[in-house]
Amino acid sequence: MIDLLLSILRGLPATFGVTVSAFLIGAILAVPLVLMRRSRSILLRLVARIYVDILRGIPPIVWLFIIFFGIGNGFVTLSAFQAATLGLGLVSAAYLCEIYRGGFLALSKSQEEASIALGFTRLDTLRFVLAPQVVRVSIPGMATFLVSLLKDTTVASAIGVRDIMLYASQEAQAAGGGFMPFIMAALLYILLSIPVAYFSRRMDALMRRRVSK
Amino acid sequence: MELLSNWIDWTPQLWKGLKVSLQLTSLALLFGLPLGLILALASSAKLRLLRYLSIAMVEIGRGAPALVVLQMVYYGLPSAGISVGAFTSGVIALALTTGAYTSEILRAGLNAVPHREVEAGQALGMTHADILRYVVIPQGVLYAVPALMGFAILIFQLTSLTFTIAIPELLARSYRVGAATYLYLDVLALAGLMYLAVTLPFGWLVAFAERRLSLHLK
Repeated sequence: MIDLLLSILRGLPATFGVTVSAFLIGAILAVPLVLMRRSRSILLRLVARIYVDILRGIPPIVWLFIIFFGIGNGFVTLSAFQAATLGLGLVSAAYLCEIYRGGFLALSKSQEEASIALGFTRLDTLRFVLAPQVVRVSIPGMATFLVSLLKDTTVASAIGVRDIMLYASQEAQAAGGGFMPFIMAALLYILLSIPVAYFSRRMDALMRRRVSK
Repeated sequence: MELLSNWIDWTPQLWKGLKVSLQLTSLALLFGLPLGLILALASSAKLRLLRYLSIAMVEIGRGAPALVVLQMVYYGLPSAGISVGAFTSGVIALALTTGAYTSEILRAGLNAVPHREVEAGQALGMTHADILRYVVIPQGVLYAVPALMGFAILIFQLTSLTFTIAIPELLARSYRVGAATYLYLDVLALAGLMYLAVTLPFGWLVAFAERRLSLHLK
């Protein structure tokens, strides 16, 4: 039992690594994406919209296959870890872009109008008025997404990333079947998501007070 | 040009895979939605044991990654003396996931039914079961329809996980073509387009349903 747990825990660094790096890639890439989505130029809006729709419309595991077997097999060579991080990062950017966009929509229109009336440029409005609040409004959604991303990283095992899922699967195969490795893996994933969920609830209450209506 | 002619060659094979993916989706919904409704009702039951049990099931079902549930069913059931094929394992696992997720969606829908309607039912002397059946469930499920449709897209995407238990669905068949021809990128791109051909139009339908139903609620 302890042996089994220790064996599965070997996957923790990879699971953690893929989750955090993919989330960071997504969170950063989603910023230009959401600005394009809100841009005055139809072309930029369209490009961002197409990116979001395509990335969200195809299952993450297919993206990992496209990157790992399709692209990472030819002119560039990617390790399974790199391919998984990149693939899930690109997918995350699409989801996080929509979360940021929801944040913009949650702010009252009159704030933007007030900034214009005060002679703020568009950039200054964004930087000093909208963005700080969008970040606050978006945090709970981002935390919820982080939990679902953690669960989605299990698909990385399909291209050979040595994460919790892969070790659980290996243990089950070695033992000729059984529920136990997967029950442990499931509990581990749930355990990992509890701090994020708790943080999200705390931040939500805190941030709500720091957004003007 | 070569890409196009390859795509035309591969389409019949991938089309078969897409049909398997769609079958998995429909079966998961067929068994998972009633399970979700039962869990939703049980999570607000008067009996404490039933309530805690269903809440625990939902929390574990939603907290555990779908791939873990899938492999647990696939590797676990045979070792418990129940031998089912990969396809049945896939359906069972996806139906369990569907049940856990949709129970939350349905619960929100059921809670959206105004409480005064339940009270009105009680005042008319209806039994609890009748109030559920004729007042709460028909309206609550209707409120939940757009979110349920959104979930259907998710579960369709999740069918791609059954690649790992060797069900010949869309991804598995594309991978097989890729392994035979070494044209992974070309065939996976076609598979991606096929996924999009389902998820995008259905997504528009969800947006339409959301608008229509929110009109009705106003």
